[in-house]
Amino acid sequence: MLSALAVMVAVPVAISIRFGAWPGFMPVFRGLLAVAPVYWTVTAIEVLTYAPMLGSGGTYLAFVTGNITNLKAPAAISAMQTASVKPGTEEGEILSTIAIAVTSIVTTLILASGVLLFSFLAPVLQNPVLLPAFKMILPALFGALGVVFIARNWKISVAPLVAMIILFICVPALATAVSILVPVSALIAIAGARILYNRGLV
Amino acid sequence: MHAPILLIQEYGMQGFQNGPFLFLLGGLVGVFVISQSVFFLVKATARSRELGIGREIVRKTILSSAIFSVLPSVSILLGLITLSYALGLPLPWIRLSVLGAVTYELPAATAAMQTLGASITEPVTDTQVFSAVAWVMTLGCIAPLFIIPLFLKKIQSGVLSIQKKDNRWGQIFMSALFIGMISAFLGMGISGGILPIMVLLSSALLMGICAVLITVCKWTWLENFALPVSMLGAMALAVWYAQILPPGMLPAGF
Repeated sequence: MLSALAVMVAVPVAISIRFGAWPGFMPVFRGLLAVAPVYWTVTAIEVLTYAPMLGSGGTYLAFVTGNITNLKAPAAISAMQTASVKPGTEEGEILSTIAIAVTSIVTTLILASGVLLFSFLAPVLQNPVLLPAFKMILPALFGALGVVFIARNWKISVAPLVAMIILFICVPALATAVSILVPVSALIAIAGARILYNRGLV
Repeated sequence: MHAPILLIQEYGMQGFQNGPFLFLLGGLVGVFVISQSVFFLVKATARSRELGIGREIVRKTILSSAIFSVLPSVSILLGLITLSYALGLPLPWIRLSVLGAVTYELPAATAAMQTLGASITEPVTDTQVFSAVAWVMTLGCIAPLFIIPLFLKKIQSGVLSIQKKDNRWGQIFMSALFIGMISAFLGMGISGGILPIMVLLSSALLMGICAVLITVCKWTWLENFALPVSMLGAMALAVWYAQILPPGMLPAGF
């Protein structure tokens, strides 16, 4: 775990040293404020959810290499199902660790191959005609993500969605301060969800 | 490693964000991930022999996991390509290799760049901004490296009782967190005018079509591609929308 931590932190440290560019505390803190409260909480819940299923080795490897929900956990579950082994047993832990290790290796090799071939895509991506596509990354991401989460939890979505739409329509300049509004919106969503939950509506 | 770097330089992506130093970092991270995975694979295989798990079962697990991984890995690669426009190639490669997922990395990079007056829709040209993005992307997803060693044993012993106690609220809480974050970004999209609204709705519509294909037509293979397909489809439509919309209705910079 310490080695993974060292490797992860070494990357921004090396970048800061190499380019002589230390961003300072406040820009990093303000950037983190937008994402860390949500993702740290979600991560804690994910560890709670997946740890009993994947076992110690599988959990460590899955979280270090990432892409748990869309790749590592399904691979581990599939491996245990195929071998008719139950999660939570030592046999289950061994097979899930093997499955996660193999998926990590395959993913790393595919990403490295993609990087090697990327240069052939570079002239396409540099084309000015494609400029609108890259300027619209966020609406493209959150439109797709939003419809999934809102469709599954439309009752919980109403309060934060209405609050944010009203806020951004009334004060469009807030678009530059979305990092501060993410935790606000999350709190509205949680408070609304709790009220609905207590009343038995979700 | 030289060939892609030379080609990238040829096509004008010779900025520091595509420099050899960062490619070297990316390579080292890749070697680290593979080394750890091989270590765990060897240890788990040895333990499987001690437990009397058949070699054939282990072999099948390795083979089926490798085949299973290919398509989701390609979808992760699409995420890398998406991020590379603003951040260059090596940083997204590093971030998506260790503790990464495009659904986290993009908002993290956006937030970090906003705080320094930059935008995710333009290639980063300032090393200070690039450095801040690298720090936020790293620190924002580092929590498991503390949570797992400190709490894994406690979690494993206590999680069953927690789930039995109120598993439903735990699921709702996690959904509410995600919805809160998504709502803020959806609100931001709406504030940008007609083009982002059209792209947002297009992406949602494409995702809905994917959902129908998966559930009604049983195209289960599409599950791992629904997000990148919807995202890239909406981005492609953005190119068309920008051509058909009157210039006055487009955001500044088009």
